[in-house]
Amino acid sequence: MTGNTSTHRLPSYLEYQGKYTGILGWILSTDHKRIALLYLYSQLFFFLAGLVMGIFMKLELIAPGQQIMGPQAYNALFTVHGLTMIFLFIIPGLAASFGNFMIPIMIGAKDVAFPKLNLFSWYLFIAGAVIILIGIFSGDGPPDTGWTFYAPYSLKTNTNVVLSVFGAFVLGFSSILTGLNFIVTIHRMRAPGMGFFRMPLFIWSLYGTAWIQLLATPVVGITFLMVVADRMLDIGFFDPAKGGDPVLYQHLFWIYSHPAVYIMILPAMGAITEIIVTFSRRTVFGYKAIAMSSLAIAFVGYLVWGHHMFTSGMSETARLVFSFLTFLVAIPSAIKVFNWTATMYKGSISLEPPFWWAMAFIFIFMIGGLTGLILGSVSTDVHVHDTVFVVAHFHYIVFGGAGIAFFAALHYWYPKMFGKMYSKKIANWGLIGLFVGFNTTYMPMFFLGFMGMPRRYYDYLPQFADLNLLSTVGSWIMAASLIVVIVNLLRARKGTPEEMDDPWGGRTLEWKIESPPSLENFEEIPVIDSEPYELKSK
Amino acid sequence: MSEHKNHISTYKSQILVLLTLIMLTVLTVVITSVHLGPFNTAAAMLIASVKAAIVLLYFMHLKFDEKIYRFMVTLVLAIYAVVIIITFFDYLYR
Ligand code: HEM
Ligand SMILES: [Cu+2]
Repeated sequence: MTGNTSTHRLPSYLEYQGKYTGILGWILSTDHKRIALLYLYSQLFFFLAGLVMGIFMKLELIAPGQQIMGPQAYNALFTVHGLTMIFLFIIPGLAASFGNFMIPIMIGAKDVAFPKLNLFSWYLFIAGAVIILIGIFSGDGPPDTGWTFYAPYSLKTNTNVVLSVFGAFVLGFSSILTGLNFIVTIHRMRAPGMGFFRMPLFIWSLYGTAWIQLLATPVVGITFLMVVADRMLDIGFFDPAKGGDPVLYQHLFWIYSHPAVYIMILPAMGAITEIIVTFSRRTVFGYKAIAMSSLAIAFVGYLVWGHHMFTSGMSETARLVFSFLTFLVAIPSAIKVFNWTATMYKGSISLEPPFWWAMAFIFIFMIGGLTGLILGSVSTDVHVHDTVFVVAHFHYIVFGGAGIAFFAALHYWYPKMFGKMYSKKIANWGLIGLFVGFNTTYMPMFFLGFMGMPRRYYDYLPQFADLNLLSTVGSWIMAASLIVVIVNLLRARKGTPEEMDDPWGGRTLEWKIESPPSLENFEEIPVIDSEPYELKSK
Repeated sequence: MSEHKNHISTYKSQILVLLTLIMLTVLTVVITSVHLGPFNTAAAMLIASVKAAIVLLYFMHLKFDEKIYRFMVTLVLAIYAVVIIITFFDYLYR
């Protein structure tokens, strides 16, 4: 490989001057790395916005009775919090930021297959966000339906549902085009010698994700348009008074939204795989099993959506079928966890921050996954459905799982992206705080849910007071730690550049080029003649 | 990438496909007058699928392209079919 030993360095993608300079050089750039950073910063911004809303909700729930807001404000807050976190942070997730940055580099290409389409996708993303934002501040106030927009309430409420739904529709197009771009890139742009089974496992996970983005997202797009049609043209797809069926809405919504949780978690699992392999100083255990489990999760994930509808009045037969199918997803998920553990076994593990973040991911993700089985079996779900047990479960998966993996990936690839290193000590302390805060916030909600506290209410009965107080205190620890983590990373951006080409001893292609990479990543396209993750003999 | 050969369809085949599509459209309309219960929907879907397949294969040249594309499209349609079938499990047994 050429690159890291050469004395001359090309200007990095951060310094490079193209046709436009300054901010225009960023928002008009078709370089996949710059677009990745556009996504990264926008997503972090939305994450912080969602965080603030979460903190306010927890503040309202600190004690029984009305604290800082009334029911309508709380309803709007959990809806907008959910919308922001789901559609603006975790659905683009690791794919839009780290996927964009790493796919071309890890497969030995200069860019994605359609660079302009890539930039266009980011614009759609921002446009969708702006439309949702307008929806919050105009008309009859922010939507209060929950991020799920369940009919018939979403047809009846006077709040600004149409704009929010339309914003989500536009965001969907961003997601579809990104998926399309990634599929074509992975099929067409691999360097000579980079067979499918020589691709890093992060790429495999993004490949599975891209197919879900491409195939599932149109379903929710159509569904949202049907809601708009119902509201504006009074058609009655979902309105029982006009012969429609509200359960049909739930089918259509979850046909997308269950696969969507795999859009969130698959790239997260892929990044965790990369991290574990690198820091275990071993080749990966069960390469093909991990690669295939990504596809299996993507595939089986299409067939289980009904587990969100066990209490919605679906037929008995359908409930049993969905419950059975849901348990099948546990198999490929467990394959991953077992392979991660087997990869670490007898490795010479180096305990750097990204590795700790990956460990936090596995721990929290396991709790999320196992509580998912409680929700997946019809009988137990009937008991905890629509309680805060569910809220705890999905925060363990989307926040403790995908969200923590997002930060794990950020700590792992940070030196590659910026050619600088953050304070490892602060990163570790931030993680400890986040871990403690996270579990203090959400663990009590499992118990509260079992005791029968419903979700989506601004108030609760006095017997739930103690655990809710604990949970709110946890949310402060969590928020404070997150700020420490983010400030640590932002401060490092200002630090002096160091030699950072391969600080972790990584073995995939991105560690063989300069940090930060040059505009075209490789001076010449590499020829791949070895398996991924082979230990270097240097 | 290997050199891509463009397939040129004859007028005859194009017109044949067109006529088939028109006939199937007529069939879709006619079949609504036969009462089959929920299978009316199934019949309409079946005819629509056949039409879509013909468009894909001939007009969109799937028939003349590399096998991998046929495989991908089949897989995608199979997933959609399964999704629809599972949804109907709910309606048929409710
Ligand atoms: C950062 C700290 C966070 C806090 C304090 C927090 C807190 C909360 C609270 C209190 C609720 C409302 C529960 C209810 O009354 O039903 C909620 C709902 C929700 N949260 Fe979070 N959350 C956080 C992060 C996240 C993240 C990272 C995600 C996704 C990536 C997320 C996704 C959601 C969703 C989808 C809902 C459901 C909204 C709805 O019911 O429509 N949250 N969160
Ligand atoms: Cu689900």
